[in-house]
Amino acid sequence: MRRERIVDALIVGAGPAGLATAAGLAATGAGEVEVVDRDQQAGGAARHCAHGGFGRFGMTGPQYAERWVAAAVGVGAVLRTGVTVTGWSGPLTLDTTSPRGLERITARAVVLATGARERPRAARLVPGTRPAGVFTTGELQRAVHGHGQRIGTRAVVVGAEPVSLTALDTLRQAGVEVAALVTEYPRHQASRARAAEARLRHAIPLLTDATVTELLGRGRLSGVGLRHRDGRTAYVACDTVVFTGDFVPDQELARRGGLPLDPGTRGPAVDGAFRTAERGVFAVGNVLHAVEPARVVAREGAAASAAVRRYLRDGDWPSASVPLRVTAPLGWVAPNRLALDEPGDGFTLRTTEFVTHPTLVVTQDGRTLHRARRRRPAVPNRPFRIPGDWTGRVDARGGAVRIALAD
Amino acid sequence: MSVAESAGRVLRSGAPPDTAYDVTVIGAGVVGTAIARELARHRGLRIALLDAANDVGEGTSKANTAILHTGFDAVPGSLEARLVREGRRLLAAYATESGIPVEPVGALLVAWDEEQRAALPGLLDKAARNGYHAARIIGPDEVRAREPHLGPGALGALDVPGESIICPWTTTLAYATQAVRGGVDLHLNCRVRQIDPGGGLHELTTSRGTLRTRHLVNAAGLHADAVDRLLGHDDFTVTPRRGQLIVFDKFARDLVDHILLPVPTALGKGVLVAPTVYGNVLLGPTAEELDDKTATGSTAEGIALLREKGRRILPELLDEEVTAVYAGLRAATGYDDYRVSAHKEQRYVTVGGIRSTGLTASLAIAAHVTDLLATTGLDLPAARDLPPLRMPNLGEALPRPYQRADLIAADPAYGTLVCHCERVTRGEIRDALAAVVPPGSPDGLRRRTRAGAGRCQGFHCGAQVRELFEKGGEPGSG
Ligand SMILES: Cc1cc2nc3c(=O)[nH]c(=O)nc-3n(C[C@H](O)[C@H](O)[C@H](O)COP(=O)(O)OP(=O)(O)OC[C@H]3O[C@@H](n4cnc5c(N)ncnc54)[C@H](O)[C@@H]3O)c2cc1C
Ligand SMILES: Cc1cc2nc3c(=O)[nH]c(=O)nc-3n(C[C@H](O)[C@H](O)[C@H](O)COP(=O)(O)OP(=O)(O)OC[C@H]3O[C@@H](n4cnc5c(N)ncnc54)[C@H](O)[C@@H]3O)c2cc1C
Repeated sequence: MRRERIVDALIVGAGPAGLATAAGLAATGAGEVEVVDRDQQAGGAARHCAHGGFGRFGMTGPQYAERWVAAAVGVGAVLRTGVTVTGWSGPLTLDTTSPRGLERITARAVVLATGARERPRAARLVPGTRPAGVFTTGELQRAVHGHGQRIGTRAVVVGAEPVSLTALDTLRQAGVEVAALVTEYPRHQASRARAAEARLRHAIPLLTDATVTELLGRGRLSGVGLRHRDGRTAYVACDTVVFTGDFVPDQELARRGGLPLDPGTRGPAVDGAFRTAERGVFAVGNVLHAVEPARVVAREGAAASAAVRRYLRDGDWPSASVPLRVTAPLGWVAPNRLALDEPGDGFTLRTTEFVTHPTLVVTQDGRTLHRARRRRPAVPNRPFRIPGDWTGRVDARGGAVRIALAD
Repeated sequence: MSVAESAGRVLRSGAPPDTAYDVTVIGAGVVGTAIARELARHRGLRIALLDAANDVGEGTSKANTAILHTGFDAVPGSLEARLVREGRRLLAAYATESGIPVEPVGALLVAWDEEQRAALPGLLDKAARNGYHAARIIGPDEVRAREPHLGPGALGALDVPGESIICPWTTTLAYATQAVRGGVDLHLNCRVRQIDPGGGLHELTTSRGTLRTRHLVNAAGLHADAVDRLLGHDDFTVTPRRGQLIVFDKFARDLVDHILLPVPTALGKGVLVAPTVYGNVLLGPTAEELDDKTATGSTAEGIALLREKGRRILPELLDEEVTAVYAGLRAATGYDDYRVSAHKEQRYVTVGGIRSTGLTASLAIAAHVTDLLATTGLDLPAARDLPPLRMPNLGEALPRPYQRADLIAADPAYGTLVCHCERVTRGEIRDALAAVVPPGSPDGLRRRTRAGAGRCQGFHCGAQVRELFEKGGEPGSG
């Protein structure tokens, strides 16, 4: 009942990461390169971000997405939208559903570029009623920019990270007054300039050290309960609440394929060449680390395409790798496996606490591989990078490499 | 007469018709819809089914644990025990015939300490007294072999192979659909405020105007006591007993093979872990006595309690993401049985106290109530079989439309996915919106199709599903 096909590289997800990977592969003559996306239009999350700030020249998200679509298709990658990969039927064979029917596609290399999503209200275990008017930024953006829907009149925005500020912009465009921005952290986590522009200019209160404890209202949201870290509680009347940030990888396919996940990122564990634990299966973009800006994942896509290309040519796959782990308050690191043939040229980290002058220490089996003090603070929900110049000192037969903050 | 000619109407606004109905059922939950469907088998009756909400099943029927019980632990000899036993048999057959998802996964009632283990023989004996003979006691090794992810310390279990899981929404909708096709008028947004039991005809004052009926059935669930009082009875009071539940991500489904029941205590049936027919895992319910019949919210305490219990039963469950949290209210009355009674002189039947087994018992309750109506003087024309019905499949046990090459070849809308987490196609959404009993809200559409019910809770599809709902299923711009 399924049409069976064979391609050289199958890329799942036509966001910036998948498209950049496809563009790189097709441009270097990697054979049949096919990108599929379950959405009707290619471009991934960027397509829904009507605001500017994408890429180096400050394009809007849709312009940026369009640019990558043109880049991939322009060099001969086959792009098919409205095609959902529903599961695996072999180590390098994927099943799809589309209006044209069911297919079974086998590839020499599979690249998972399935992106990330925000955790919704229920996953955050916020109690209360189940009224209308509860959004994530992703749903809000699609509702406002994609469908021109009415949102509400007065909103509380949960989170104060970069994406929260894009939610503010979208609410403003939809004519919704913002009652407050609420964050469990002691400060917002956006760049100062961006925060000032988005929030201060419009005198939106920022409630720090506070969590949403309850949603109220029947049919439609009528307000939210808040609790400050010191125990004080408050009620804010609103008909809309937007849960922003708190991203998780869309790792369904990775997990259904039995790929080991990294305990920190919860995405598939990969090495510096975007290789998962399964031979021939790569992963790239925000499915690895939720989330990085589009231009970062597009750069990854270019690097991934080179790695996939090498694999298609040489067939080399590392037989072993050393896991890379973080210690709290660090939340995760990516890539998170060290394969010594392709150690990678640097690592992205996240902290779960503000640290003013972090000193990073990399150790393996009690041996210090690297120690460096950063001048810039580590901020939750914002990336910080460390170089990979210490990876030559890793013992390929040793235990897990740990990254921690020194006191 | 063709089906279309004899079909009833689904009306969400406007005044009810002037002509009197033969029977009116107040409450379109699983019980009221089952009664209306049963009555529709008697061709020639003019029947109305009313609900205050804008859809069927908006009360307790949409928020329960979704188990098709065997009744092994009912109070032997009670009306509930009998109707659950019969209802289970009837509904299992009906589900198979009409495509309501059911999975006969079986239950293990797990003993976690000596006292609980000592209670198992008594429960086995009770099962036998309830006419259920397939249960048996199994030891700790067999428990572990059958549920390898169970937390440490299980001492044994009562194996109840007949317990099944079912889709409560499709059940209610199937009854309502067949009832309307069979001639029942379904009046939604129609709250009964006052009842004037005049000579020969009850006059119901509703939020949509006046409606007259010769016979009356009160299937108002949590409000059955209030409706009873409108007719001058003060036989029982409904005390809502809230049950909060957590729905875990489909990744958790591989952790559990059976319904994992606790040993019941004086305080209630306790917290269970159960798979759902959609492939999720449920943890719950709590049991909280309240006095607010609208208190269907969840609480921090309730969620914390469930997580603590869940960690003991199935530790790895807590590592999975939560997809939803909800709460339902059981219609407790202080009596250890249903409160079903006929009031002959008023041509009226009360169906009260259908507490925590009403889904299972629904078809048997319907047959029982129809018999009672006959004792109040309702002239029942001979019963016929209603034309069979095939409901859309929301369950994972059988192929869903997105997996069916035949359906997609015939209509590409079944290959166009809208809700990615639950793999709901545009074709299914279109069908639901055009169905005999269409949804009254995006929530109703979710219960009919699962669109938006998955792990992302609308991050990807929420806006599009809302648009499809508003435009009646026609593809929009986005
Ligand atoms: C709400 C939000 C706001 C953001 N704002 C900004 C911003 O202002 N600036 C910025 O630089 N970045 C922003 N980002 C991040 C930016 O959009 C991402 O960096 C970029 O889009 C990630 O690219 P990606 O290719 O990894 O994933 P995505 O863009 O998410 O693409 C993943 C693609 O995979 C497809 N897919 C997933 N599963 C399957 C499957 N099973 N079958 C077929 N296809 C599948 C999806 O449909 C999707 O198109 C934002 C992200 C979000 C969610
Ligand atoms: C937590 C929980 C778990 C459960 N688990 C199970 C289970 O696993 N298996 C099982 O078999 N059962 C279970 N049950 C029980 C089952 O859900 C109920 O017995 C069943 O849903 C009751 O259906 P109903 O039609 O009587 O009530 P409802 O569904 O509440 O319907 C009553 C309807 O009457 C309407 N109404 C009320 N007043 C008026 C008025 N004045 N005018 C017009 N309309 C009115 C309401 O709007 C409502 O729709 C559970 C219940 C709970 C709460």
